[in-house]
Amino acid sequence: MTEMKNTFSRRTFNKTVAVVGAGAALGVTPIVSQAAWPEAAFDAETIEGVLQSLYGVAEAIPSDAINVKGPDIAENGAVVPVSIKADIPNADSVALLVAKNPAPLASSFDLANPGMVSVGTRIKMGETSELIALVRAEGKVYTATSKEVKVTIGGCGG
Amino acid sequence: MAIKSKAKVKGDMVEVKVLMKHVMETGLRKDKKTGEPIPAHHISEVVCSHNGAEIFRCNMGPAISKNPYLSFSVAGPIAGDTLQLTSLDNQGNTDSGETVIK
Repeated sequence: MTEMKNTFSRRTFNKTVAVVGAGAALGVTPIVSQAAWPEAAFDAETIEGVLQSLYGVAEAIPSDAINVKGPDIAENGAVVPVSIKADIPNADSVALLVAKNPAPLASSFDLANPGMVSVGTRIKMGETSELIALVRAEGKVYTATSKEVKVTIGGCGG
Repeated sequence: MAIKSKAKVKGDMVEVKVLMKHVMETGLRKDKKTGEPIPAHHISEVVCSHNGAEIFRCNMGPAISKNPYLSFSVAGPIAGDTLQLTSLDNQGNTDSGETVIK
């Protein structure tokens, strides 16, 4: 575990240096919206790493108010429909993770106006795995795990 | 290339469905003939704006399927309003579209 965490921070560090260096060399300021893309979180190889770099917390609070859903069996891992619904007041950010993908974070969603959380998309899954939803509200991060989605043919190519 | 989208009032929220065309290359695959890795090429963000203000943002990683589909609910806009959608990929390409809420 410790070793994985170390790898993660080193990778992030190197990336940051590379990005800053490239920007400085070209004499351009990175576009604001591009800088907002949470690269470190998408590169993180552990769920803890995603939590830390996306929301800056070490642990998420399990919650029954979140419903993360995928099919029982995904015949084609390249296209797996998933959805997250959450009844948490003032939720402002949601993240979708696939526990066993090489990089668990599939996507994150930012909501400007509080309301009922309801998002859906189609994702790639490398192997049979659980889906994890993270929902941030009022500075706290809540989490829920789906039942296992069985993947017959992996979707990561190779 | 344009972003296809539909938006409909559902209760006190507006449900938006979006379909985009993109290869969504993960960067993990190799070219079968040459064995060279295929560089990652994926949409990194999709932004939905209403009256010039950003109301929803999706940050995407390469694990989103090819030709991404996205659905989400937003609070605020009402029927008849126009929603703007824009996307940006990791190679700097942008795309946009808009839809009138039904």
